Amino acid sequence: MGEYTTQELISIFAMQGFAGISLFSVLLLMALGLAIIFGQMGVINMAHGEFMAVGAYTTYLISAMSEKYFPGFVQYYFIFAIVLSFLIAGLLGYLAELALIRHLYKRPLDTLLATWGLSLIMQQTFRSIFGAREVSPTLPEWLLGSYQPTETIDIPLNGLFVLGLTIVVTIGVFYLMFRSSWGLRVRATTQNRVMSGAVGINTKKIDRLTFALGCGIAGVAGAAFTTIASTGPTTGSLYIVDTFMVVVFGGAGSLMGTIASAFSIAQGQSILEFFISGSMAKVITLLAIVIFLMMRPEGLFSIKVRK
Amino acid sequence: MKSKLKLTKWRNIISAAVGMAMAANINIASAANVNSTGLAITKDTVKVGILHSLTGTMAISETGAQEAEKLAIKQINEMGGILGRKIEVIQEDGASDWPTFAEKSRKLLVQDKVAAVFGCWTSASRKAALPVFEKENGLLYYPTFYEGLEQSHNVIYTGQEATQQILAGLDWVKKEKKAKTFYLIGSDYIWPRTSMKIARKHIENVLGGKVVGEEYKPLGNTQFGSTINKIRLKKPDVIYAAVVGGSNVAWFKQLKAAGITGKKQTLLTISVTEDEVLGIGGQNLVGFYSVMKYFQSQDNSNNNKFVKEFKKMWGSDSVIGDVTQAAYLGPWLWKAAVEKAGSFDVDKVVKASETAGIELKTAPEGYVKLHPNHHLWSKTRVAQWGKDGQAKVVFESGLIEPNPFPKGYQ
Repeated sequence: MGEYTTQELISIFAMQGFAGISLFSVLLLMALGLAIIFGQMGVINMAHGEFMAVGAYTTYLISAMSEKYFPGFVQYYFIFAIVLSFLIAGLLGYLAELALIRHLYKRPLDTLLATWGLSLIMQQTFRSIFGAREVSPTLPEWLLGSYQPTETIDIPLNGLFVLGLTIVVTIGVFYLMFRSSWGLRVRATTQNRVMSGAVGINTKKIDRLTFALGCGIAGVAGAAFTTIASTGPTTGSLYIVDTFMVVVFGGAGSLMGTIASAFSIAQGQSILEFFISGSMAKVITLLAIVIFLMMRPEGLFSIKVRK
Repeated sequence: MKSKLKLTKWRNIISAAVGMAMAANINIASAANVNSTGLAITKDTVKVGILHSLTGTMAISETGAQEAEKLAIKQINEMGGILGRKIEVIQEDGASDWPTFAEKSRKLLVQDKVAAVFGCWTSASRKAALPVFEKENGLLYYPTFYEGLEQSHNVIYTGQEATQQILAGLDWVKKEKKAKTFYLIGSDYIWPRTSMKIARKHIENVLGGKVVGEEYKPLGNTQFGSTINKIRLKKPDVIYAAVVGGSNVAWFKQLKAAGITGKKQTLLTISVTEDEVLGIGGQNLVGFYSVMKYFQSQDNSNNNKFVKEFKKMWGSDSVIGDVTQAAYLGPWLWKAAVEKAGSFDVDKVVKASETAGIELKTAPEGYVKLHPNHHLWSKTRVAQWGKDGQAKVVFESGLIEPNPFPKGYQ
């Protein structure tokens, strides 16, 4: 390492630190929606990745439309696209719950199969509507390039943006779950469904909205990831494994667990990748998680719930 | 009078019958000549197969290839077909699943008895279908640039094998950019690994350069932060990349976001064509270089005509990448070989392909010629990407001999 100046080494160290944090925010944003659905309702939503793709395609559509009809809007459309992605993915989630999921609450393994089927249907729908080719929205200028605090440090702007968005969404979810009266009812339903019904909580409505919220957050994640990667009909299936890994490792039902899990997986992976090759880093990360789960099946954090 | 008339009538009938029988005989004879192995050929049609993925992950790449093959077949039919027979297409979906490719190949060869198949894209799908083609003695035209190390009696390779694509590009970057240090990065499967092996040997043994990093990422990986920092630490003169699929998009978006752009860094890739740029976005590629044998922007009369016809058939938004063009050559090369052989029999067509000096002066890429080793002589081109998603050719090699088993590179 003698050929590098101290300043260069510090710069690389700083940028590497940010690479880890950036990966953390990506994993967390992916996992939040799933953690809500899986944790609060016990539904294993295999179509989570496809709800992310809904958000990504929404962003792409709005980008294409604003480029064509309102060129002046191109610099601002992204914020609008995120909100719309949340609403559309949420609405689709609401409908999916109404048509499919609610009939299967008592049969968790069947929800796994049903949501997997739903994911295949959604993939084929994307393919029919948008074609098999991958697409990317045109990004506004303020999301491109890097922020340079010093001459040798480049911090990616899209990474900063995803990080900021993740913080906002996480705070929003925490507020909703632990500070609002709606969150109180959701938690009550999770802990004791029959008793919650008895005290006048409409548990069916709670379920539907919880599912819609989870899907909506998936839509936001999908919109955010268009700044990092591309969108194709099968994009969702790329993310689903990582997403489940974060949720299961963190401990189902615990939002704190999800955050801790995303952080440790991201840092572990990104540090390993720096020193060894990408494929090996992934293998070692997965091995570590498997060994951990063998010793502690409930994950990092667990909530005691009366069944 | 009456009896005479009757006689003439009879004579007419008999001579007509004899004539018909003779004509039929000739027909039978000529059909036997052009088809002695029971292929699906009638006196005015010949059946061929198209076998690409229309669904699944690979549909992104294979769509263009099958579009080009259909265009070529349509044009051949408009010219009157091959040996007076119109081509009929039977299309099957490989569904991005390698065993499906083998199964559909068997269906096309055994059940449909097609005279030739245009298809496959990934090496994995070709390797799966290959035993079927060899056992049933079928004929496959394979369009993708690939890692080489293969030469089958039953396959004609219309893309470049690895040395054709790699060596000339590296020579160019060494000469033009005075490059000494290289960082190699690719997706983790056979094609990038074989290509990088060849690249490393060439850099170290021929160019006298140094490889300062070599790295493979899992397919579908979308996080390149750590890799980019490693590259920054090593400061290579050239980044040499073979990242594929969705990863490719993430890789270029993140390079741009990290401030590594065409202005500051020389990057040469062997996995980006116009098709990939649709997903990556021209803005993320500006100034980087691709090494291919064909670019849509090539300005010659063959290509201008090809681009115009392609857009007419498949829409003005469509783009044409390297493999799409190579796929377009397949039906034309087959036509030339069948006409040289005077027969659709696979063995005769293969023999003509090997020995008759088949060449295409009308190829969009310029000019190609079949080598006895079943690959094409073709030129290698280096082009620089612009914001509009098109690349400008900055270097063009001479005609390069295909060498699927390069000595000293394995």
